[in-house]
Amino acid sequence: MRNIWTISRREYRHYFTSPIAYIAALLTLLTVGIYFVVIIYYTANQSYYSNTAPGIDIVIGPLATVFLFAAPALTMRLLADEQRMGTLELLLTTPIKDGELVLGKWLGAFLFMLTIIAATLIYPIVLNKLTTPGIDQGVMVSAYLAIILLIAVFLAIGTAMSSFFSNQFAAFFATLAVLILFWWLIRLPTFIIQNESFNNILNYLDLNGRFNSMLAGSISISDVVYPISLTALGLFLGAVAIEIRRWR
Amino acid sequence: MIRATGLTKDYGSRRAIENLTFEAKQGEVVGFLGPNGAGKTTTMRILTGYMPPTYGTAQVAGFDIISESIEVRRRVGYLPETVPLYPEMTVFEYLKFMADLRHLPNGDDLVDAALDLVQMEKRADGYIANLSKGMRQRVGLAQALLHRPEVLILDEPTIGLDPAQVVEFRNTVRDVGKERTVLLSTHILSEAQQLCDRVLIINKGKIVAEDTPENLQSRLVGAKQVLLRVKGESDDLVSIVAKIDGVQNVKLHPDGALEFQFEPGADVRPAVARATIEAGYDLLEFHPIELSLEEIFLQLTQDNARKAR
Repeated sequence: MRNIWTISRREYRHYFTSPIAYIAALLTLLTVGIYFVVIIYYTANQSYYSNTAPGIDIVIGPLATVFLFAAPALTMRLLADEQRMGTLELLLTTPIKDGELVLGKWLGAFLFMLTIIAATLIYPIVLNKLTTPGIDQGVMVSAYLAIILLIAVFLAIGTAMSSFFSNQFAAFFATLAVLILFWWLIRLPTFIIQNESFNNILNYLDLNGRFNSMLAGSISISDVVYPISLTALGLFLGAVAIEIRRWR
Repeated sequence: MIRATGLTKDYGSRRAIENLTFEAKQGEVVGFLGPNGAGKTTTMRILTGYMPPTYGTAQVAGFDIISESIEVRRRVGYLPETVPLYPEMTVFEYLKFMADLRHLPNGDDLVDAALDLVQMEKRADGYIANLSKGMRQRVGLAQALLHRPEVLILDEPTIGLDPAQVVEFRNTVRDVGKERTVLLSTHILSEAQQLCDRVLIINKGKIVAEDTPENLQSRLVGAKQVLLRVKGESDDLVSIVAKIDGVQNVKLHPDGALEFQFEPGADVRPAVARATIEAGYDLLEFHPIELSLEEIFLQLTQDNARKAR
């Protein structure tokens, strides 16, 4: 536990000296900010025709899309760079377990992402002031839980990819590919295949569908269990990849 | 203490090291000597728990490198060939990070002590990115010494250091080596000669010789060789020296110096010196010629190559 914390603390601090992390944070906050302002402005002008106030989904929705690219950018160097710089040899000859290393790396990135997400908490506060009778607190909790679970998965997949490659860019694109698969592509076959049980499996695996239902405020057990298992699987594969690297 | 038994490592179909068996005791500095690609780094990586061997086993500080890898890693200080540093950290931050990973209770004190040992205490708050190659090497050594390990494994530790730094570095290693086991690799033979109590010569994954630097020399050179230089012409001296009992193979160098051999045990040097002076020559130089480890090494590796053919 202590080793995980030591690794993640270094990683978390590293993000504050890394240009990529700043760009990712800037991109995230800028996108969400622009989106927020435009939607509020648009809704205000349209309020004559409609009486639905914008909900928390106008913040969390675009956040997910930006994270699809920000997460691979943040995780690509986690283990790939250690391999390239030779510091992996250092870490693997200190008395820490491979799993602790991978978990610590992921946790550092996760904490950094949580910091960015925490910065977006200003929007629900503003939204609450702007709308009457304020935003639905339950939906807000559900939406934030959704984005936190989603980023946990994204970062775990990124950490695993980073352990497979010693080239950061290979890790970036491999992560992006897997994320796009789970985010967009996985439910597409359901439109042409008529087999119901097969489609049920694909719908179960689809991150986007689960995310959207949580964004609307409905949570099922599997909405929470699935991302957590996917995160665990990613981290497990990352640890296995490090172990395999030793044997090669 | 290091005890390796039958270590073998295959990278795919290529055998990097084959059946290495050796020992290094406490208080001993053992040198691993060999050309690039001989298997030095592979062996060290196995001993430090970085990777397991394909066959064979080893005990380091009393623990098995495979089944008790974490215990081994606790007790080993390792400086890999490419010094593993984080350029964006300060020297102190980096060493503190390593101290935390090793759960050292008085981390700050140990970091200060290690920095003191490698004479980097003035650069503790400087960023690693701004350090010279030699300083980085020293920070790497501080990292290896940080937890006062029982066993110290250094892979080509003096590469990239300037001559003054090399001398400093050797002194540090010699001090540390008094109470610990030190295994260091080098392809600079004079370094092994100066630093090591024992030398293992490794070539193409096999140990070709193992002995103290002095014994290796005498084992390879049957007869002792001596160089003699006098003031002025020395042509006539050849016959004078050659007449002395036990003197063999007198040769005259183009620069006027004389070289001769004698069997160990029948020391003819006093007789030669006396004869030279009695013949009226002014003696300028009179010293044994030692085969350098370079020559020993060439001899050994060539012998092996010949046998293999």
